[in-house]
Amino acid sequence: MSMAPEHAPTMARLSLAQRLAPWMPVLLVPLLVVAGLLAIPNTSSWLTLTVSGLAMGMMIFLMASGLTLVFGLMDVINFGHGAFVSVGAFVGVSVLLMLGGLTGAPSLALNLAAMGLAVIGAMLATGAMGWAFEKVIVEPVYGHHLKQILVTMGGLIVVEQLIIVLWGPEEIYISRPEALKGAITFAGAALEKYRLVAVGLGLVVFAGMRWTLRRTKIGLIVRAGVENGEMVQALGYRLRLVFVGVFIAGSALAGLGGVMWGLYQEVVSAHMGNQAMILIFIVVIIGGLGSVEGCFIGALLVGLMQNYVAFLEPKVALISNIGLMVAILMWRPMGMIPVVKAK
Amino acid sequence: MIKAVLSGDMPRSSVLALVLGLILICLALAPFLFPGVRTVDTAARICVFIVLVASYDLLLGYGGIVSFAHTMFFGIGAYGVALALTHMGRGFDAILVGAGAGALLAAALAFVIGLFSLRVRAIFFAMITLAVASAVAVLVSQLSGLTGGEDGLTFQTPRTLGPAFKFGDELFGVKLNGKLLSYYVVFLGSLVLFLLMLRVVNSPFGRVLQAIRENDFRAEAIGYRVVYYRVAATCLSAAVAALAGSLYAIWLRYVGPDTTLSMEIMIDILLMVVIGGMGTMYGAVIGATLLVLAQNYLQNLMGAAGSLVEALPVLPQLLDADRWLLWLGVLFILSVYFFPTGVVGRLRRG
Repeated sequence: MSMAPEHAPTMARLSLAQRLAPWMPVLLVPLLVVAGLLAIPNTSSWLTLTVSGLAMGMMIFLMASGLTLVFGLMDVINFGHGAFVSVGAFVGVSVLLMLGGLTGAPSLALNLAAMGLAVIGAMLATGAMGWAFEKVIVEPVYGHHLKQILVTMGGLIVVEQLIIVLWGPEEIYISRPEALKGAITFAGAALEKYRLVAVGLGLVVFAGMRWTLRRTKIGLIVRAGVENGEMVQALGYRLRLVFVGVFIAGSALAGLGGVMWGLYQEVVSAHMGNQAMILIFIVVIIGGLGSVEGCFIGALLVGLMQNYVAFLEPKVALISNIGLMVAILMWRPMGMIPVVKAK
Repeated sequence: MIKAVLSGDMPRSSVLALVLGLILICLALAPFLFPGVRTVDTAARICVFIVLVASYDLLLGYGGIVSFAHTMFFGIGAYGVALALTHMGRGFDAILVGAGAGALLAAALAFVIGLFSLRVRAIFFAMITLAVASAVAVLVSQLSGLTGGEDGLTFQTPRTLGPAFKFGDELFGVKLNGKLLSYYVVFLGSLVLFLLMLRVVNSPFGRVLQAIRENDFRAEAIGYRVVYYRVAATCLSAAVAALAGSLYAIWLRYVGPDTTLSMEIMIDILLMVVIGGMGTMYGAVIGATLLVLAQNYLQNLMGAAGSLVEALPVLPQLLDADRWLLWLGVLFILSVYFFPTGVVGRLRRG
C-alpha cells in the first residue's frame, strides 16, 4: 500500500494576477488608453484621439445595447437592428431640418432643444417601429436561429428600401447645430464639442441602463430572465411582455444612436444602418452576447482602437477591429463577459 | 445512368424534372437558341450563379450555417484568376494557377473563420462573416495598386476564348468564335461543379451535415464531431464559391468590387437559395434562374407598371424599377415563413 500523499494546504493569498483576472475586461480600456499614449508621441493629439474614440465608442454602445439585451433575454438575434439606426437617423435629421430656425441660432439652449426634439422624434419613431418589427417579423420565428437571421435580414432589406421610397435615394447632408460646431481647446488639444456631448450622453445612458437593470424591479426581472427565463415565467411573470418592452427600448436606443451617428458623420444614407451593423456585431461579440457591461467595454475598445490605429497607420485601421475581435476571442471564446445561461 | 450522374438524388416530381430539363437544355444551347450578346450574357450569369448558390446551399440548407462572406469567397476566386492572367500572361496555365490559388485561399480563410466562430456558437459565424466580408470589401477597394480599387481589373483571357478567334464559319447562323468557346467553358465548368455539389450532399458526409442541421446535440452524442463537419462544409463551400468566381471572371474578363464583392450580390444569393428552396440542390438551379431572369427582365416590367400609375401619390415610387429589391425582400420574408422549402419543396410535395 502506498502512502497517502502529503497534505500541504496553502493559505497564501491569491496572487495579484488571480485577483485581477475578473477585472481584466474593465482594465482593458485604461490599458488601451495608456498603450495609445505610449504609441502616439504627441500628447495633445493623443487627447484628441482619445476623446473622439470615446465618443465613437459611446455612440456604438447606444446602437448595440438593445441588440445584446434582446439576445440575452430571448435568444433572438436581430440582423435587422441596423434598420432602426437608419430610420432613427432619417427621422432625427428630418426634424432638425424642419427646425432650421432653432439649429441655426447660435444659442446653446435653443440648439439643445432642437436636438432634444429630434432625438425624441427619432426614439418615438424607432420605438414604434420596433414594436411592429417584433410583432410582424420576429414573433413567428422564436427559437429558430436560422430563420431569425434570414427573416430579420429580409426586414432590413425592406426597411432600407422603404427609406429610399420615403426620403429618396440621395444621401442627406446635415450640419450640426450652431453651438455644437467647432472645438474647444484643452491642454493644447482640440476637442470637438459634439464629441464631448456624445461622450456625456453615452455615459448618462449607460448609467441609466445600469441603474434600471440593477436597482429596479423591471431590471431584476430582465436580469433574471437572461439567467433563466423559464424559472421567471414559472414565478408568474409574463416574460413575453418584458421582452417586447426590451425590444422597443432597444430599438429606441438604436434610433438615438442613429441620430447621434448621423450628426457625427454629418450625412445620412439608407445604407448607414447596414454599415453600423458591422461595428455593432464586432462590439457585441467582443463583449459577450447578452451582456450590457461587456457591450459598453467592447464599444469603448473598438472606438479607441479605430481612432488610434487610424492615426498611426491609416491602412491598417480597416482590419484593426477584426484583429481586436480575433485577439479577444482567442482569449475568451465567448466574449469578455460571457452570459452564463442556466439552460 | 442518369441516376448515377445525379448521385441518386432524383427531382422526385415530374413538374420539377420538366423545369430542370428545360433549364438544362436552354443553358446548354443558349448561344444557338437565343443568339444575342445580352441573352448569352444572361445565360452565363445563370450558370455561374447556379454554382454559387448551390455552394451556399451546402452551408445554409444542408449545414444550417448562415454565412455572409460568400461573396468574399466568390471574389477571391475571381480576383485570383484576374491577377494571375494580369501577371502571368494570357494562358490557360494562368487560369489554372489563379483558380487553384483562389480556391485554396478561400478554403484556408474559411477554415480560420470557421475555427474561430463555429467552435463556440453557430450564430457567431453569421456575425463574424459579415464583419470580415465587409472589411475585405473595403480592403480590396483600398489596395488599388494590386486590385485596381473601385475600378476593378480588366484583363485578357487566352486568345482561344476571345471573340477574335475563329474556328469555323457559322453553325445555324451562330458565329463559331472564341466567345462561344468561352460560354461552353463556363457552362461545362458550372455543370461539373454542380454535379460535384450534388455528389457531396448525397454522400455520407452530406447525411451527417443534415443530421447536424436537424439536431447538433444529438449528432454530437452519436459520435460525430460537429465542429469538424461544420468547418469542413464551410471550407468546401468556400472553395466551390471561389471556383464559381473564377468562371465568372473568365466570362466577364473583368473583376471589380461591384460585380463580385458587394453586399447586393450576397442578398441576391440569399434570395435565390430561399426562394428556390433551402436544402435542395435543385433549388439553387430554380432560384438562380428565376432571379437572374427577373433582374434582367422584371425591372422593365416594373418600370412599365410604375408609369401606369404615375398619377397616384406614393405608388409610382413603390413600383419604380429601382425598388424591386423591396418587393423581393417582402417575397423573401413571406417565403421563409410559409415556404421554407421554397419552390422545389412545393413542387415535390404537390
